[in-house]
Amino acid sequence: MPSIDPIDHIDPITRDLWQVIAATDELPVGQIQRTTLLDVPLAMTRDSAGLPVVWRRSDEEAGDDVDPENILDRLPVTTGYGFVWTSLGTPSAALFPIPEYAEADRKNMSCGSIGIHVSAPRAVENFLDMGHFPYVHTDILGAEPHTEVKEYDVEVSEERDEVLATRCRFMQPRAAKSATHAMEVEYVYRVPHPFCSVLYKSCPEDENRRDVIAIFLQPVSEDRCRAHLLQSMIDSTSTITDLRRFQQTIFGQDKPILENQYPKRLPLDPRAETPIRADKSAIAYRRWLSQKGITYGVIPMAS
Amino acid sequence: MTLSLSDPAWYPIASSDDLPFRHVYQGQLLGRELAVWRADDGNVNVWENRCLHRGVRLSIGINEGAELKCQYHGWRYANRSAGCTYIPAHPADAPARRIQNKIYPVAEAFGLVWSAAQDSDNIERPFAPFPGAESGQWFPLRPMPVNAAPEDVLAGLATLAPDDRPADSLPGLALRLGDVVYFVQPVDAGRAVIRGLLPSTPADATQALRHYNEMLSKLRDRLERAAAKKPAPEPLAPAFDKVSADLATMPDIAIPRGNTIPVVVKRKWTSADGVIGFELAAREGHLPTFQPGAHIDVHLPNGLIRQYSITNGPGELMSYIIGVKQESASKGGSKVLVETVRQGDMLAISEPRNNFPLRRDATRTVLIAGGIGITPLLSMARFLDKSSLPYELHYFTRACEQVAFRGDLEALHGTVLIHTGLPRAEIGTTISTALGAWSQAQHVYVCGPSAMLESVRTTAAAQGWPDEAIHFEYFKNDKPIDDSSAFDVELARSAMTLHVPAGKTILEVMRDAGLTVPSSCEQGACGTCLTTVIEGEVDHQDVYLNDSEKAANTCMMTCVSRAKSARLVLDI
Ligand code: FES
Ligand SMILES: [Fe+2]
Repeated sequence: MPSIDPIDHIDPITRDLWQVIAATDELPVGQIQRTTLLDVPLAMTRDSAGLPVVWRRSDEEAGDDVDPENILDRLPVTTGYGFVWTSLGTPSAALFPIPEYAEADRKNMSCGSIGIHVSAPRAVENFLDMGHFPYVHTDILGAEPHTEVKEYDVEVSEERDEVLATRCRFMQPRAAKSATHAMEVEYVYRVPHPFCSVLYKSCPEDENRRDVIAIFLQPVSEDRCRAHLLQSMIDSTSTITDLRRFQQTIFGQDKPILENQYPKRLPLDPRAETPIRADKSAIAYRRWLSQKGITYGVIPMAS
Repeated sequence: MTLSLSDPAWYPIASSDDLPFRHVYQGQLLGRELAVWRADDGNVNVWENRCLHRGVRLSIGINEGAELKCQYHGWRYANRSAGCTYIPAHPADAPARRIQNKIYPVAEAFGLVWSAAQDSDNIERPFAPFPGAESGQWFPLRPMPVNAAPEDVLAGLATLAPDDRPADSLPGLALRLGDVVYFVQPVDAGRAVIRGLLPSTPADATQALRHYNEMLSKLRDRLERAAAKKPAPEPLAPAFDKVSADLATMPDIAIPRGNTIPVVVKRKWTSADGVIGFELAAREGHLPTFQPGAHIDVHLPNGLIRQYSITNGPGELMSYIIGVKQESASKGGSKVLVETVRQGDMLAISEPRNNFPLRRDATRTVLIAGGIGITPLLSMARFLDKSSLPYELHYFTRACEQVAFRGDLEALHGTVLIHTGLPRAEIGTTISTALGAWSQAQHVYVCGPSAMLESVRTTAAAQGWPDEAIHFEYFKNDKPIDDSSAFDVELARSAMTLHVPAGKTILEVMRDAGLTVPSSCEQGACGTCLTTVIEGEVDHQDVYLNDSEKAANTCMMTCVSRAKSARLVLDI
C-alpha cells in the first residue's frame, strides 16, 4: 500500500488554522518533546532564546537532546496566551484575540492539559453546555434540584467570525474557587476558533469584571484531543495551585462522560441527535462548523 | 454463514444474574451496543445504548427503578417505552415531542436474557425456545467471551463432541453436545460469547461450573490462536437511526392529534363513595409514555369525549388507571362511563397530553387535591416518590368514605395528609398552613373544584407565592368568551373564504357552509376541533393549548378562538 500523507485528510480550513500544541513554559530548551496534531507526528523544542521550534517528526524520541539550529524544515510557530501554536498549512497572521489576557492585575496561568478520547468539537460543545453542571460537576458548578437552563442569546458574529452566547445564567453552589455559597452566575461564551472557546463569568470579587477561562483543544486525531486550559482570574486569595486543581477537577469529571459519547466525531446533521432550547449555542456551533466546511473531527452532513 | 446486521434471530445477550437490582448492564449483539436493565416491576428493557440527546451511553446511566436517568444531562426515559419523560434543563415544560429511544424485543428464559435485531413494535419473528427446551430445568453456565468469529466459535464447539456422538445442530448459532446446549452470542464479526445450559442444576454446582469453565477456556484459547492468524474481520457497522425532522428542528411545538388507541376495560371498581376506578389496558404490548399530570381523552360510546388524568406512577405502561366521579346530575359524560361501560368493553383513548407538568427541580413540592382532583396529584406523588424528592400531599374530601385510591396513597413514602369533612373555614386555614411562606424553588400543584382552586390561588398569592410557583389545570373553560371580533377565514384545502361575524364561532360558520368538522366540548377544553393555522394571528380563548403552544400560533381551537388579524388561513 502506498503510504498516504495524513495531511491530505485534513480539510483546508482546519489545516490553515493555528492549532495549540503545548504550554510554552513546559517546553524544555534544547530537548525534544513529541506530540501529534491532526494525525501528524510532531517534534518540538525551544531554542536558546526561548522560542519554540516545531517540525514533523520521524524517529525522534522524547527527551533527546537537539540543537534547534539544525532543524531546517520548520512548521510555522506563534505563541499566545501562554501556549505554543503551530499550523500544518498557511495560517493567518494573528491568533484570535483575548484582550483581557493583557490586563495587568490578572493571574494568568495555564492549568495543564488532559487527553480525552473524543473529538475536539465534542469537547468544545461540552464546554459550552450548562445543562450538565448539576449532573457532572455536582456540588461544584451545579446541584440538583437547580437544573434549569434559562433562555439566553446566541449569535454568530459575521465580522469577528465567531459564535457568541450571552446572558447565560445558572445557579451554582460554588462557581469558582473563591465562592462560598450558591449564587446565580452569568456567563458569556465565545467560540472564536473551531476548536477553542473562551468563557467569561461573573467574578465573585468584583461585580464589574469577569474571570476568563479558555479551553484550547488540540485535535490529535479525528476522535482524540488534548484539552489545554487557560485561566485569567481576578481572584486575589486563591493560590495558583488551588486554581489549577479546581480546573483539573472539573475536566477530570467531564472526561469519563465525553469518552462514553457516541459517535466520537461530532455529527453535523441536525437529525443525528435531539437538541433542546438549552442547546442553542451548540446548534449555532454545529451550523457554523458546517458552513465553514470543517470536516475534521465531525461527521459532515450528507450532501 | 456470514453475520448479517439484520439477522432477526433471537440470541442470548446476558445472564439473568447480570441484572441485579437497579443495575444497568452493557451488552452487545451484532455490533450494536445495548443498555439492558431491569425495572423494579421485573420488566427487562433492552435499548440502544445511546441517549438521544447527545449520544452518551445509557449503560452508564442510573436505574431509578422505573425510569433510566442519563448521566450527562439527567434526561429520564420510561421503563418499557423508552420514552423521555423529563428534561431537567427545562423543568417547567412537558417534553411534548415524542422523544423515544430505540428498543429491542426481549425475552427472559432459562436464566438468560434474549434479544433480536428486530423492530420491537413490529416483531416479525417472536421468541421461540430451542427444540427440546421443555424437557429441562435449565441451569446456565458462566458465559465465555471469545475473540473470534461467531461462526468459527460454533464450529469449534462442534469439535468438542466425541466421535461416536456428534453434535446436534440447533437453529441459530446453537448446538447440543450430549445433553448440554450451547449458544453462540454474535457480539460482532470477530467477537462472540459462548453461553451454555445444563439440563438440570448439578449436585455440586461450583464443581460443575469450574469443570465447564476449564473446558471452554481451553477452547477459547485455541480459537483465539487460530483467529489471530487470520485477518481480523471488518466489524459490523450498525447505523444510528435519524431522529424525526420535528425533533431536529428546535422549537418544541408539535401537538399530537387525532390518533386514538384502543383499550380494554380490564377492571372497573368502586374506589370510594362516588368514585369509580377504571383500569384501561392496551390490547397488546404497552401504552404510550406519559408524564405526571398528563390526561387522556376517553371517547365514550355515545360520541362524547371526556378528559381524565392518569394516576399511574413512572414506567407503569401496561394499563392506565383513571378515577371517574359518579355525578348524579352529570351531563352524560361520566354518567355513561359509570353506568354503561363494563369490564371487558373496548374504548378508544387519545395519546396522553400534559398541560399540568410537574417540575422535578423543587426543594419543596406541595400537592393539594380536592375530591376527584386527587387523580393527577397521585401520579405526581408517585413520580416524586421514585426519585426520592420531598413533597406534601393534602387531600380534602367531604367524608371519610369518599377517599379514593386509599391503598395507593398508603403505599407512598412522602407526607400524605388526608383531611375529611372539614368545615369551609377550616379548609381555608388548613390550606394556608399547608402552603406556608414561599421561598425559592417551592411549587404548589392544585386540582379540585373551582372554589378550592380559587382559594389556593388567592391564599398562595397572599402568602407571597409568585404566579410561576402555582400550578393548576382546567378541565372546563370557565373564562368568558369574547366573540365580538369579525374577520375572514380562508380554508386552504377546501378553497373557500368565509366571513365570521361577531357572535358566531368559526366552527358554526364552517358548519353553516356545509362542512363537517369534528368537535366535542365546544368550550375550548377538549382539543377535538384542533386545527392547523397557516397564516394570520390567532386570538386564543381555549384552555386546551398551553402557553408555549399558543405562542407558537401554529394551531387553534375553532370552537372558541378567533382572529386578531383581519384574515386567518386554516388547513381545512
Ligand atoms: S446526553 Fe443524555 S441527557 Fe444529555
Ligand atoms: Fe463540564
